[in-house]
Amino acid sequence: MSMFGQVYVKDNKYKLKGDFHHLTPNIPIRNADEGWKLMGVTNPRDMTYIHSYGGEAPFFEALGEGKLLATRCDNPDCEFKGTIYEPFRIHCADCLGKNTIIDITELAKTTSKVHTFMVCERAGAFNILDKPVKFINIEFEGIATILMSYLSVGDPEIGMKVLPIFRTKNPTCTILDLSWVPDGTKKEELPEGFTF
Amino acid sequence: MIKFSKQQLKIPKMMRPVYMVTGGQSKFDRAMPDKRTEELCIDAFTMAAGLLNMSPAELKSYVHTAYYGHFADHFGDQLLGEAVIHDRLGLDPLGNIGVKTGGATGGSTVWEAVKAVASGYSDCSLAMGWERMDEVPTDEGNFLIAAAADKDWESPLGHIYTGYYAVMAQRYWQIFGKAEDSFRETLAEISVKHHGYARMNPFAHSPKKITVDDVLKSPVVAHPLRALDCCLMSVGAACAIICDEKTAIELTKNSANKPVRIWVGAGSHTLRPADRRDMDIPLLPNETADQYKDLGKRFPGGDRYPGFTGFLAARMAVWYGYRMTGVNDPSEDLDLLELHDAFTISDVQTYEDIGVRPYGEGRDYVESGDCYHTNPKTGKPGKLPSNLSGGLIGCMHAVGATGIMQIFEVATHIWNRWGEIHGDEKRWKDFGRKKPADWTDLQVKGAKRGMAISHAGVGSHVTATILMDPDHLLKEDA
Ligand SMILES: [Zn+2]
Repeated sequence: MSMFGQVYVKDNKYKLKGDFHHLTPNIPIRNADEGWKLMGVTNPRDMTYIHSYGGEAPFFEALGEGKLLATRCDNPDCEFKGTIYEPFRIHCADCLGKNTIIDITELAKTTSKVHTFMVCERAGAFNILDKPVKFINIEFEGIATILMSYLSVGDPEIGMKVLPIFRTKNPTCTILDLSWVPDGTKKEELPEGFTF
Repeated sequence: MIKFSKQQLKIPKMMRPVYMVTGGQSKFDRAMPDKRTEELCIDAFTMAAGLLNMSPAELKSYVHTAYYGHFADHFGDQLLGEAVIHDRLGLDPLGNIGVKTGGATGGSTVWEAVKAVASGYSDCSLAMGWERMDEVPTDEGNFLIAAAADKDWESPLGHIYTGYYAVMAQRYWQIFGKAEDSFRETLAEISVKHHGYARMNPFAHSPKKITVDDVLKSPVVAHPLRALDCCLMSVGAACAIICDEKTAIELTKNSANKPVRIWVGAGSHTLRPADRRDMDIPLLPNETADQYKDLGKRFPGGDRYPGFTGFLAARMAVWYGYRMTGVNDPSEDLDLLELHDAFTISDVQTYEDIGVRPYGEGRDYVESGDCYHTNPKTGKPGKLPSNLSGGLIGCMHAVGATGIMQIFEVATHIWNRWGEIHGDEKRWKDFGRKKPADWTDLQVKGAKRGMAISHAGVGSHVTATILMDPDHLLKEDA
């Protein structure tokens, strides 16, 4: 029986358990118009990668705890000191100093607005969001950048006030643990596993 | 970065004049189960030699270095695919390098070849690009394209790159297009134009005689974009031969190709649009800061620059490119364009980034008829025709080859060979395509200068390649 590949870190080394690939046979591709002569071959491949979040790990961990973290440049020598970044940047884009991690959950709850959006019936392979996919880009008061995420309830509009919600039950530890709903959405309307 | 230093705004300088002497392309199509990628590259190279009335072996004898544009290793499922092509072209043991900058890969590849010649390292360089997008089904292909977005912050969101772009389109549509039906029709007109010009191009993947209504009735991909607003996903290869003056003269001595001067400017912006901070608009030679003072008043919400509506990378590519070459006003100084029409709306956004129209007024370039070969309003030649190849919507988007195809297309006009190359009955027949009864020669009469824009996705990389007849330069020391 195969087992999903699992990884943990011990002594700053990856420790692996389970299967990181699955074997599927190659199958010839033949031409129906020309006596089924050989044209090529399929190359199946199913493989699990091992990926480090590095300095962004606190951001992804915090989502599962219902918190939205951002970063701020506090370098007194930086021309753009005080700039707040969301997406969370480990280092300042200007001075390359290490940014300070800050909690912007409350700010997000009170000032988040849809900057732009799109609704798409299509998605790529491995998509796990419900379709249609509703992307929204969120502007926050006092933050220099505009975060991309997705709306879980209702239909997006430019300028609409939105609230962050977090997958606090069985978090996936990915960006999908953060989603948004229109201001005024009730607790009962949130998708499975999400809380304000 | 939202402020530039003096050093960063240095006008790029080449150590000697650089020329494009020839180029070539394979057939472009959605799938080519009967050909390996190297066969397509050899087709393109053989065509390039043919335009010089040379054998491929003779042309190869001049090549000193090779630059290969191939965006997606995972599409081709071959790491170091460049080495495979280089070997199959029989160019070992010459130095070669792979170039990848997303949708701008083709333009970036030529950028590298031009610098190799400008520096004196090489007297003749090959720029060759290709893409193989038919070896995975469409959904998996969308997944692979979305891998070019930020893998932690964007790709998991649907694994659909069109969506990451569509949020920008939505903002432009509402702020600068004011969500007007008339603007929606203007966008549709671009698709009609590009599929229509593709009908005259034997290389083109999607020739179509369609109407504005057909575009408006095509399936919605992501509002306001519909299926016929989007670029193709193609297979194919294209190449260009870049030389110094002496080699250019020698290579073209038995050919109708006149060597054309070539320059490339390049710009970039953050991979995630999310990270784009508010800044001042870098001005082109034909703009003033004053003209944008009331931009937010004329287009409420339009005062954030570049926000989600402008492509700073394109702006910077021409910021450098125009100053290198003496272009003051592209509409006056250039004779034709090839733009990166990934979507009809990004075509309009680019008109503004490159200064064909000021920010906010891009649609006028289409509505005035200036963008056509023949202005439908006046029946006279369009002021600055764009995408006579059919562009990415009508001709092809085989990513690594796209920018090179567009540069080649511009060059064919300056060589005054567009009609000969695209009208050739034999070529139509070899490609298994039917030359339309109403085939029209789209040669821009007397074309001396042109530009091709090569652009990556949501605007992470852009190159502006400017081509000029050496007897019609705008600046002595360019
Ligand atoms: Zn800083």
